Amino acid sequence: MISFLLKKITSLIITLLVSTGVIFILIEVVPGDPVAFMMGLSGSTDAADALRLELGLNVGPWDRYFDWVSGMVNGNFGISYTYRVPVVELIRERALVSVPLTIYALLLSTVIAIPAGLISATRRGSLVDTSFMGFAQLGVAIPNFWFAILLVLFFSTTLKLFSASGFPGWDAGFFICLKALTLPAISLALPQAAILSRVMRSSVLDVMNEDYIRTARAKGLSKKQALFRHGLRNAMIPVLTILGLQFSFLLAGGIIIESVFSLPGLGRLVFQSIIQRDLIVVKSIVTLLVFSVVTITFIVDLLYAAVDPRLREGNS
Amino acid sequence: MKHFSISFIVGGGLSVLFLMGALLSFFWTPYDVELLNIKGKFASPGLEHLMGTDHFGRDILSMVMVGTRNAIAVSLIAVGIGATIGVPLGLWAAATCMNGSRLIDELLMRGNDLIFAFPSLLLAILITAVFGPSIINAIIAIGIFNIPVFARISRGAALSIWPKEYISAARVAGKGVSRISYEHILPNILNLLIVQATIQFSIAIIAEASLSYVGLGSQPPNPSLGRMLNEAQTMIFFAPWLAYFPGGVIVALVLGFNLMGDGIRDLLDPKLRQKSITGKVSNDAS
Amino acid sequence: MTLLKVKDFSLSINDEIILHNINMEIKAGKVLAIVGESGSGKSMMSSAIINLLPQGAKLKGKILLNNDNLLDKSEREMCLHRMNDLGMIFQEPMTALNPLETIGTQIMEAIKLTNPKIRYKDLLKKAELILERVEMDKNRFPLNTYPHKLSGGQRQRVVIAIALSQNPKLLIADEPTTALDVTTQAKIMKLLMKLVKDYGIGIILVSHDLAVVADLADHIVIMRKGKVVEQGDTKTFFKSMKHSYSKQLFDAAKHKLYEKNITVGSEVLLEVLNLTKEYNLANKKPLKAVNNVSFTLNRGENLGLVGESGCGKSTLARCILGLEKFSKGKIHIAGRPFYGQKELRRCINVVFQDPFGSFNPRHTVERLVAEPFYVLKKPLTTFEKRVKVLRMLKLVGLGDGDLKKYPHEFSGGQRQRIAIARALITEPDIILLDESTSALDVIIRTQILDLLRDLTKKLGISYLFISHDLTTVKNITNRVLVMKDGVIVEEGLTAEIYKNPKHHYTKSLIEASPDITRAIKSKEENNNENTL
Repeated sequence: MISFLLKKITSLIITLLVSTGVIFILIEVVPGDPVAFMMGLSGSTDAADALRLELGLNVGPWDRYFDWVSGMVNGNFGISYTYRVPVVELIRERALVSVPLTIYALLLSTVIAIPAGLISATRRGSLVDTSFMGFAQLGVAIPNFWFAILLVLFFSTTLKLFSASGFPGWDAGFFICLKALTLPAISLALPQAAILSRVMRSSVLDVMNEDYIRTARAKGLSKKQALFRHGLRNAMIPVLTILGLQFSFLLAGGIIIESVFSLPGLGRLVFQSIIQRDLIVVKSIVTLLVFSVVTITFIVDLLYAAVDPRLREGNS
Repeated sequence: MKHFSISFIVGGGLSVLFLMGALLSFFWTPYDVELLNIKGKFASPGLEHLMGTDHFGRDILSMVMVGTRNAIAVSLIAVGIGATIGVPLGLWAAATCMNGSRLIDELLMRGNDLIFAFPSLLLAILITAVFGPSIINAIIAIGIFNIPVFARISRGAALSIWPKEYISAARVAGKGVSRISYEHILPNILNLLIVQATIQFSIAIIAEASLSYVGLGSQPPNPSLGRMLNEAQTMIFFAPWLAYFPGGVIVALVLGFNLMGDGIRDLLDPKLRQKSITGKVSNDAS
Repeated sequence: MTLLKVKDFSLSINDEIILHNINMEIKAGKVLAIVGESGSGKSMMSSAIINLLPQGAKLKGKILLNNDNLLDKSEREMCLHRMNDLGMIFQEPMTALNPLETIGTQIMEAIKLTNPKIRYKDLLKKAELILERVEMDKNRFPLNTYPHKLSGGQRQRVVIAIALSQNPKLLIADEPTTALDVTTQAKIMKLLMKLVKDYGIGIILVSHDLAVVADLADHIVIMRKGKVVEQGDTKTFFKSMKHSYSKQLFDAAKHKLYEKNITVGSEVLLEVLNLTKEYNLANKKPLKAVNNVSFTLNRGENLGLVGESGCGKSTLARCILGLEKFSKGKIHIAGRPFYGQKELRRCINVVFQDPFGSFNPRHTVERLVAEPFYVLKKPLTTFEKRVKVLRMLKLVGLGDGDLKKYPHEFSGGQRQRIAIARALITEPDIILLDESTSALDVIIRTQILDLLRDLTKKLGISYLFISHDLTTVKNITNRVLVMKDGVIVEEGLTAEIYKNPKHHYTKSLIEASPDITRAIKSKEENNNENTL
């Protein structure tokens, strides 16, 4: 168990270090002179020199990389070039929109997909199964931002149930905010739910053919009992993998959906920063997102071990 | 013995339809896609303009045709990049893994994990942030994301083939690792790769649309389905057809390829084919 | 008293007839054996009794449990019968247990189903007791053990424990020992027989091997292609059987003896010297899969290598074939050190076990059989290759028309013929037969052994026959090596060793291996004792 944990933690740290390296190289080394890139044609020489100093470009890339990483470990992500505020503050404010949105979408997707997949699998070939899987096919094919536009068209324009865009801020009250996040969360969650329900269905169907289900049936359990007592936990293993991956999709999808609904989240911040060529902010947010993806993968690995005793002992 | 499933027929039909439309756009479109006609702006769908016109009076059908062509081209090239780099990498990793040296396999797979750690869109954003938005960079970004997918799937499939006795027989005949990979492994995982390629293709279509929706894909005046949707968004209240048609085309295209992929899998999957009704592979007398 | 009676029972699945007009009955405290080859429907018969059949199954006739027709029962009533009256053991113990739950949970679940009001303390006690019954030491295997910690034999004991914990009246065992080693098989069978005696339950024993059941069954049913060919009381069955198929099965189980007076040349073809193969394990000392093994194979010799799974015989085979690097020692082929180089490869070839896995499904027979030509220094033309392939196909009993076919168009036995053709195509001096007949049905097995015997003699090839099956090895080799835990524990002339085993492991192997002649003899003796 301990060796398993150690192995996973080492691999987590290595992945994080290497990915920060990749981000650093892409943003600070590849473009050549980041200052010229960030300031474009408009900057004066004085301003350029000031920025150069601020970015710490007077030292070599190794030192810069080291300073950057150690700064992040201490919670110091630098100061935004456009907004002139610490990046940490910017991110904190925006994360208060993005993180709840992602979690909301993930919950929605799970709550829809797991029962749908389960019902489809247990009633394989029935009308319910066929129509669920038909919806799933359609759901997989719909780009989430287009779905978002359709939702706005229907719920905001036609029914006037939700406002088309914007976010009132958490001071306005929990439910008002929740309402503002509902359409974005649905448009994020539905395509993911479609994928997840298909995985759930095939996973349950696979498990139902396993020998241990037959053993359970021979004990006198009914088909349903055997599925719930012995099949479900086994069937959840592949579903867990997909859930982990979905977090990453949802984060990325959030970037676009936030633009559709003009939500002041991390995604919008990234775009604005790209347009304003504020590499300090871009660098920080990308790192943060990668960080959370890697951490989620790590947590999924731990969950595997919690479910599967074979993994706990590291002799897979 | 082989019979085509409904999903294969529907999917294949849709895919062929769109491919034809895209090919046709090379020679003919109802109107010139770059022709502005301010007088005829916001024409609703009708006989003259089957899908209506936009705020510059451009013909939506023509733009959709060219946009589809671009989306298909981007996706094909990106999936091609992913497969041509990913598959050999995966085969190589599996071969080294089966023949003692796990170091290369480990390195390749950690590299894969690293790319997976960047959500695809984020990677694309990073690339375009540095190199500027263009259709080429969109292709590269989607292509890079496809590499680990193909590497992983071909590695996994190859690993399941390597312990088979016919591989041992080939090695007894003195064949080397790369020859075996090419002669014995690749043909036997090809089905899987084809199915995966159709899935990746439809993912790439959506990814291309997403990128161009946020302005990181092909640049104007070259039409793209994603950007058309972005422009439509502000005019959606009085010209909703601007959003309906490009979006509908994306959905139908992706749906078509997915259904076709499902159909191909049903046709090719030996697991489904071998499973006779008795649940056992029969071993009849010689 | 009749416990279960199957009357005019037919089964079809999706309109394909699987079982046709089956009649049989079993009394309490007795063992009924259903014997047949693959495709005979014997497994379906056993699943039909407990009514765990694939979807689309249509059943006709009657299955009477204590005069109560099971086919009239609703699914809910069948669940009650499975809980209280019927128990089942399956062929593959490795996957029969839920990997995520402890063995205790899985046994206790079964007990609780039959006895829902049981107190937790009693439940624990009963589970421990049951494990003891199946001879699982509770100190080594406490209730919180997970299945992956157990070997195949141990898992099969747990499956038996689950079945037993519900006090069934009838236990259905579908090939319960086929996936296990002979010594384990003997122990499990002994356990099952003890249970029949102690509890007075009836057992339906399904098997492909007449030799396994001849010793244990009270009544034998021979099945073929979904029909009962012949059945009768074991005591008299072997004398009175009339059907040619039963006789064929019986002959195959008896294994005909081949002539042994062959001349062994003095030329050493293969020499293995102090061969050791170590595997490095994480935080454990290295495992010696093959430990300091030495032997020779002379021209004309038929050498056997016997051992149970995990003894290292396959690793040894892979080393000899140059598929695996070894840690220490030497292998000489034709007097020259062999480490996988191409020019020595043509001296040795191999026939593997699995007739389904040993061919690339995408290549034609012509390409498959011609593959070993790759070792030749001078490449042959396509025409030369085809001529040789055709000649070889004829030798193994296949025709010209098979040249362009793909492997899936052949049956298991035919595929093994193709494998032999591939092994012999470059006219090697040695062929290595790695469990080459283990996956085949008994009658086919005899045919393939005949073919091998004829061909090796005709072509003057020596072979090394590797198997877990003592009876086969006994009949077709003149010298034998016995391997255990990576070490050769005994070596000598086959006849000598079987008559007079020196090592206790060899002894236990010989005793455990099912032998139909011996079984019949012991039945007759029992019979005489009873009548006296």
